[in-house]
Amino acid sequence: MIEVEGLTKYYGEHAAIRDLSFTINKGEVIGFLGLNGAGKSTTLRVLGAVLLPTAGRVKIDGLDLGAEPHEVRKRIGFLPDVPPLYNEMTVGAYLAFVAQLRGVPAESIGQRVREAEHKTALTEMHDEVIGTLSHGYRQRVGVAQALVHKPALLILDEPTSGLDPVQIVEMRKLIRGLRGEHTVLLSSHILSEISQTCDRLLVIDEGKLVAQGTESELSKGSGAAIDIEVASGADKAKSAIAAVDGVKSVEVVRTDAQGAQLRVQAASELRPAIVRALVQAGVDVLRVDRGASQLESVFMQLTHTRSA
Amino acid sequence: MNAVILIAKRELAGYFRTWLGYVIIAAVLVLDGLLFNAFALGSGMDRKSSEVISQFFFFSSGVTMTASVFISMRLLAAERESGTVNLLYSSPVRDFEIVLGKYLAALGFLAILLAASVYMPAMVLVAGKISWGHVFAGYLGLLLLGAASLAVGTFGSAVTRSQILAVILSAVMVVALLVMWWVGRVTDRPLSSVFENLALWSLHFPPFQAGIIHLRDVIYYVAVSYVALFASVRVLEARRWR
Repeated sequence: MIEVEGLTKYYGEHAAIRDLSFTINKGEVIGFLGLNGAGKSTTLRVLGAVLLPTAGRVKIDGLDLGAEPHEVRKRIGFLPDVPPLYNEMTVGAYLAFVAQLRGVPAESIGQRVREAEHKTALTEMHDEVIGTLSHGYRQRVGVAQALVHKPALLILDEPTSGLDPVQIVEMRKLIRGLRGEHTVLLSSHILSEISQTCDRLLVIDEGKLVAQGTESELSKGSGAAIDIEVASGADKAKSAIAAVDGVKSVEVVRTDAQGAQLRVQAASELRPAIVRALVQAGVDVLRVDRGASQLESVFMQLTHTRSA
Repeated sequence: MNAVILIAKRELAGYFRTWLGYVIIAAVLVLDGLLFNAFALGSGMDRKSSEVISQFFFFSSGVTMTASVFISMRLLAAERESGTVNLLYSSPVRDFEIVLGKYLAALGFLAILLAASVYMPAMVLVAGKISWGHVFAGYLGLLLLGAASLAVGTFGSAVTRSQILAVILSAVMVVALLVMWWVGRVTDRPLSSVFENLALWSLHFPPFQAGIIHLRDVIYYVAVSYVALFASVRVLEARRWR
């Protein structure tokens, strides 16, 4: 669906992205992860056919972006970091305008607008003036305009930025609902939300791709943490876990009347082995978790190696 | 070409969905009306009808140039300011279609504006006779002068994201074009005639004001518009590289 090869973009002397290469398959939901200023928006703007790359090749749906930008633009829907909304228009009129602009035939515009409004839960807002909408609704109108012409590829730049927790959950649901119909590429600097929505992650730092893969692939062998809660015998547990092959370190986080909590630095695949070791040592296991901050720590490691 | 019409229609409707359009129309009509009363009609009733009409077109040309700068200020600057330019950039629309659509909307608005002032020369009918040919030539002149000013304004609007800066830049460019006649006066031949012919008003508008249509004047205004719009398209294209 998308093939990116050696993509480079300079702003004057400064390279926003350097030698980026990756491929994305049809129907995938891809998360583009990086800190602010890492080059996410620039990459998405190039893929969204807004900016031209300094060097490199981008192929979308088999079409070369440099050679046939016009054809490519018909196949993509782009939501920039700021939703491109005309404040003085109503939601319905705006979506109809965008649909026409992207080449939807006149007879199906009404239906496409209704479908887009339905998908983004905007049906009741059809006649509202965009300038009067709240931030959450504006963001949804932004998503609606990106998908109103049923593009093969949806590019969403930080679709959840500035939303409240309830709206974030709704947006996540919305994006997951798009799976299958569209290939989706979305960016974020918040790891937890992107890992829940996406099939695969691309981690970018200072304009370079530093890692890609699924959540578990990324955390494999990178010193990710496992949280274990046991009923009693923190020391016994600690020595039992430390004896398991592949465990890098164990520390006792907390001990009290309810039991103890330990943090184990090991790949999450080692969980069954660790539990077996604990049971053999006669320790009652209450809870085993992949550390909540596991991916976060991977992210920090990937992005901080250079900035540290 | 569909995209041009689509963009133009949306933009033209935009003038009337916000206060901008009404404010410009009201300001122009008030100014034109005051000037018409004060100067064109004069104190007595001893003026010739054609003189009154000529005077009307004289000051209307100044008002039209000023209004054009304000009409065009938001065309591209506002799109960048609000980020909506990314919608146009990522849509299957060519850069010249964006510029042309925007420009045509402004031109349409100017035409509406000019049409709203027709009652003034028509008032001459009360106490005199009017030559409709003279009125037509005058309005054609105003439309062409406005078209050139709008194109310059479109360029001003393309180079900045601030509407205020766009107004200032466009005004400076329009004034620079106007004072070319003066540059022509202080330089020697053959340079002087080049400058004189480049001037936005001095050689090219008075014939229209007097009711005469010369092809060379029409060509001049069309050429100025073309160059300014061409430059605007280039600015938009260049922005994709930055």
